[in-house]
Amino acid sequence: MGGNKNKWLLLASGIFILIIYPLIFTLPFPRHLMIMIFLYASLGLAWNMIGGYAGQISLGHAIYFGTGAYTSTILLMKLGVSPWAGMLVGGLFSIALAFIIGYPCFKLAGHYFAIATIAIGEIAQHWMLNWDWAGAAIGLTLPILPESLINLEFHTTKVPYYYIAFGIFTLTILATYGIDRSKLGYYFKAIKGDLEAARSLGINVARYKFYALALSAFFTSICGSFYAQYVLFIDPDSVFPLMLSIIVCLIATLGGVGTVWGPVIGAFILIPISEFTRIQFGGGGKGTDLIIYGFLIMVISIYQPFGVIGLARLFRKKEAP
Amino acid sequence: MYSSEIILQTIISGLLMGCIYALVAVGLCLIWGLMEIVNFAHGEMLMLGMFTAFWMFTLYHIDPMLSLPLCLVILFLIGVATYFIVIKKILKAPFLAQILATFGLGIFLRYLAQFMWTPDYRMIKNPALAGRLGFGGIFVGIPELTASLITILSFVLLYWFINKTEVGTALLATSEDREAASLMGINSDKMFALGWGIGAACLGVAGALMSNFYYIFPEVGFPFALIAYVAVALGGFGSIPGSFVAGIIIGLVEFLSGLFIVPAFKYTFVFIIYLLVVFIRPQGLWGRY
Repeated sequence: MGGNKNKWLLLASGIFILIIYPLIFTLPFPRHLMIMIFLYASLGLAWNMIGGYAGQISLGHAIYFGTGAYTSTILLMKLGVSPWAGMLVGGLFSIALAFIIGYPCFKLAGHYFAIATIAIGEIAQHWMLNWDWAGAAIGLTLPILPESLINLEFHTTKVPYYYIAFGIFTLTILATYGIDRSKLGYYFKAIKGDLEAARSLGINVARYKFYALALSAFFTSICGSFYAQYVLFIDPDSVFPLMLSIIVCLIATLGGVGTVWGPVIGAFILIPISEFTRIQFGGGGKGTDLIIYGFLIMVISIYQPFGVIGLARLFRKKEAP
Repeated sequence: MYSSEIILQTIISGLLMGCIYALVAVGLCLIWGLMEIVNFAHGEMLMLGMFTAFWMFTLYHIDPMLSLPLCLVILFLIGVATYFIVIKKILKAPFLAQILATFGLGIFLRYLAQFMWTPDYRMIKNPALAGRLGFGGIFVGIPELTASLITILSFVLLYWFINKTEVGTALLATSEDREAASLMGINSDKMFALGWGIGAACLGVAGALMSNFYYIFPEVGFPFALIAYVAVALGGFGSIPGSFVAGIIIGLVEFLSGLFIVPAFKYTFVFIIYLLVVFIRPQGLWGRY
């Protein structure tokens, strides 16, 4: 069919452009911008698994990001473990955390669940701010190791970071695509659509909610570990804050929850806005990009809760005779 | 071990601060119980109340106690405006949209305030209320004491309004069953706007009172809002007296846990209360869950 062929062409050209991007843009900033887009798109996609597909609004997702960042960093600093292994261990910890958090919290409905996730996120941040063994408020500065793939540290160029971020991004998209097309995703959507109906059809709601959260936590955690290796400094305010949880939620919502490409679109819109307003209106903690964020969140929620993809679908419907 | 004086002092301070939490919680409970929408911009509206009092004092030399009625009115209008501009459009929207809309408003207000007024901490110097009273070894700040008394008075007035007047009964009816109430001729649109107005007005009063003794800065509202969510859950969904009492309880817990356990974790204990309440007794103390 012609339509499908166009989609494949678009996809292929998109992939091609992203692959040669660092070869065209050789300055650090455009590369950094795209790395951030990949990172936040992956975070948005990960949030989307539990928030968009399964409909459980978590506003405390930063806890998994921070867990990933701290786990791989501490394993590196104290035991010399390669960040790649640290990433996986962090992912496993995050899944365990998802189980501990999900088991009681999934009994809560609606607003109570959302507030509970905020509360847990805040407790986690407070805890980390006071845990001296893990650096407390001072944070952890990663050791500067020789540049290599095993060490996941590169000091002369951002290009390897770019392709690793692209890899994580691709992996997360593939996972989301897998969820979207599989029975797993079907169960998630059923739970989101009508929980009681899903349960009455025999779906083990608690188990599938946990699967969604576990997947989401795992990918969020991987992003956290990557962030630690990229920035080489982490502290509770950079990896555990509520604002990160909100931004992740916003990226998915802006683009379109419950879709494969929604969070990607959301990241491609939000991250450039954030970076450029920071440049335009200056630093100094003015937070102008956050004013725009807040406004955008409001506008999206009021006028098009289904995000950009929702808008696009509206247009497509209008086109059909 | 601590002397009984210190413990008593902590209890009294906790009770006094708890009264402020209580009034903030009551405002949130009113809105939440009325239309099942959580105002995630509650903290930022409190911040606006505090800044209103601050600018009245700094620009026009009006003492916070005198500008209190003005803060009440301004916040009432902000609440009503919020309803018509934002909330009315999301009454039937998906749940995520409802959460994010007020959250977005909160973020927008917070960073707009930071942009306009800088993140600097402000203080009202030499308000009319100052000084402290001493009983034995216990000291009570006069601003804090007056604030508590006025919050209790406000609560009593609010309770009387809701339970003993016709408009208040209409509000209660709308919160219980929106459709039945409108069948009875009660305009739910106006009721919702009124609910938002009163909920925000509580924040105007609380803000004006706090500006006497608390630092004023754009991020100030957030911890109070979080405590309000816990208080509403603890007091029981839909119960205004419940939220008030719960706010006071939380003030006590916060201060006492700060004394007996590490102060850095005092908010952690407040959140643990929230988690305990929703897991063990979801209807709270007095709620109609």
